[in-house]
Amino acid sequence: MTDREIRDVVLGALGRIAPEADLDAIEPDVSFRDQLDIDSMDFLNFVADVCEQLKVEIPEADYRKLLSLSDCVAYLGAKLRNVRSIPEPR
Amino acid sequence: MAEFRMPSLGADMEAATLVEWLVKPGDEVKRGDIVAVVETDKGAIEVETFEGGVVEALLVPEGTKAPVDAVLATFRDTGAPAAGAASRAGRQQAPPEKPVAVPSRPVRRPAPAGPVGERGRVRVSPIARKLAEELGVDLTQVKGTGPGGAISRADIEKTAQAVRKAPAAAPAVPPAPDRSAAMRQAIATAMARSKREIPHYYLETPIDLKRALAWLEETNLSRPVTERLLYAVLLLKAVALAVREVPEMNGFWIDGAFQPGAAVHIGVAISLRQGGLVAPAIHDVAAKSLEALMQELRDLVARARSGRLRSSEVSDPTITVTNLGEQGVQTAFGIIYPPQVALVGFGKISERPWAVDGLLGVRPILTATLAADHRASDGHRGGLFLAAIDRLLQEPEKL
Repeated sequence: MTDREIRDVVLGALGRIAPEADLDAIEPDVSFRDQLDIDSMDFLNFVADVCEQLKVEIPEADYRKLLSLSDCVAYLGAKLRNVRSIPEPR
Repeated sequence: MAEFRMPSLGADMEAATLVEWLVKPGDEVKRGDIVAVVETDKGAIEVETFEGGVVEALLVPEGTKAPVDAVLATFRDTGAPAAGAASRAGRQQAPPEKPVAVPSRPVRRPAPAGPVGERGRVRVSPIARKLAEELGVDLTQVKGTGPGGAISRADIEKTAQAVRKAPAAAPAVPPAPDRSAAMRQAIATAMARSKREIPHYYLETPIDLKRALAWLEETNLSRPVTERLLYAVLLLKAVALAVREVPEMNGFWIDGAFQPGAAVHIGVAISLRQGGLVAPAIHDVAAKSLEALMQELRDLVARARSGRLRSSEVSDPTITVTNLGEQGVQTAFGIIYPPQVALVGFGKISERPWAVDGLLGVRPILTATLAADHRASDGHRGGLFLAAIDRLLQEPEKL
């Protein structure tokens, strides 16, 4: 799966928890919570949605690696390629 | 013979519009089934019937505005013959009670898409209707792909997409202003009345959540994403159990006296995207497991935000909880929703220096507040209530 495709999955999931958001205007390196009005319930639904679509399991301890669009693409890309250690976000 | 009446769906509701019948004469209904959709200031509410039986007659056409308690339909007993047009001599059953209600049984939803309505109207589910309004989609332009041409949410989204892609089309339509304004007005009326009539007192206490959060982290390790618990359900359960120790926090102040709630139905304050607030009930919180509460909370939040709440959820809360920690607020002092007598507020969890066994440590501290009706309780009792919530949260495994 390409980064582009992962990005689309992530944006799709974001669109479902924040339907009013302008997904084209999402800044990839800024955290979601700073750009969108989402709470922990929304975030949980977002993670569940991504897990279901990409057929991966994401442990709670890794939530902090999913804070922005870039972080998500990096994390999920590595997970899908089965990389052992996933780099810490900047 | 039973009557289905317009329910009271809020402290200040006087009338509402019946927008859709979900049953027709001849259908058999059980108590708790959803029989109609009613439009209120707080959005579309799916109304459950208190009575069971066979639908005899729908007395009010779709689109009619009717006052609270107006008879909207009649049911006959299952097995009884259909009545003639003339009404019977006297009512055989008392009208449904309000507002201290026995909790309804789990609702049976009607089949997702039914045949075309009586007058040839195409069926539109409440969620699709609401979405159409939010996206500014004209329902008459939507091609329904469900049975009988029923319009689903997906149909609305597809139409909205097509409209968006049209070049030089009209700019994106914001959420229907009428709905927001009406909800704002309903909240304004209720809150103004609350502050006018209820002598509020306020108490605040910090709660050390270290044990609760550690327990949560551990239990979530072995849970798949869809079964993980949020700390919010620990808070809800603790509030429900604390009511057992201080029951005067749970119930209503009506006609100069306190009426305790039969069970603890916690109204959960849910903010709607882009403004608005509803606080529908999770029923019987004290008796439910954390897993069940989590599923119900998830479902409730989703339906509150898509405008598919049920009448029992809107009319049954016996106490309300507001959790404003997500937005970084330290402390939440709320306004009691009449005729309830208490509101528990939770702020954010923040790491704070804390004295632990005579030494300085750092703990995740949550500030809990209580807004209570001084007619129903005194500060001492309110203090005991908050202390009970604190104590219960120190033993999360027992929640």
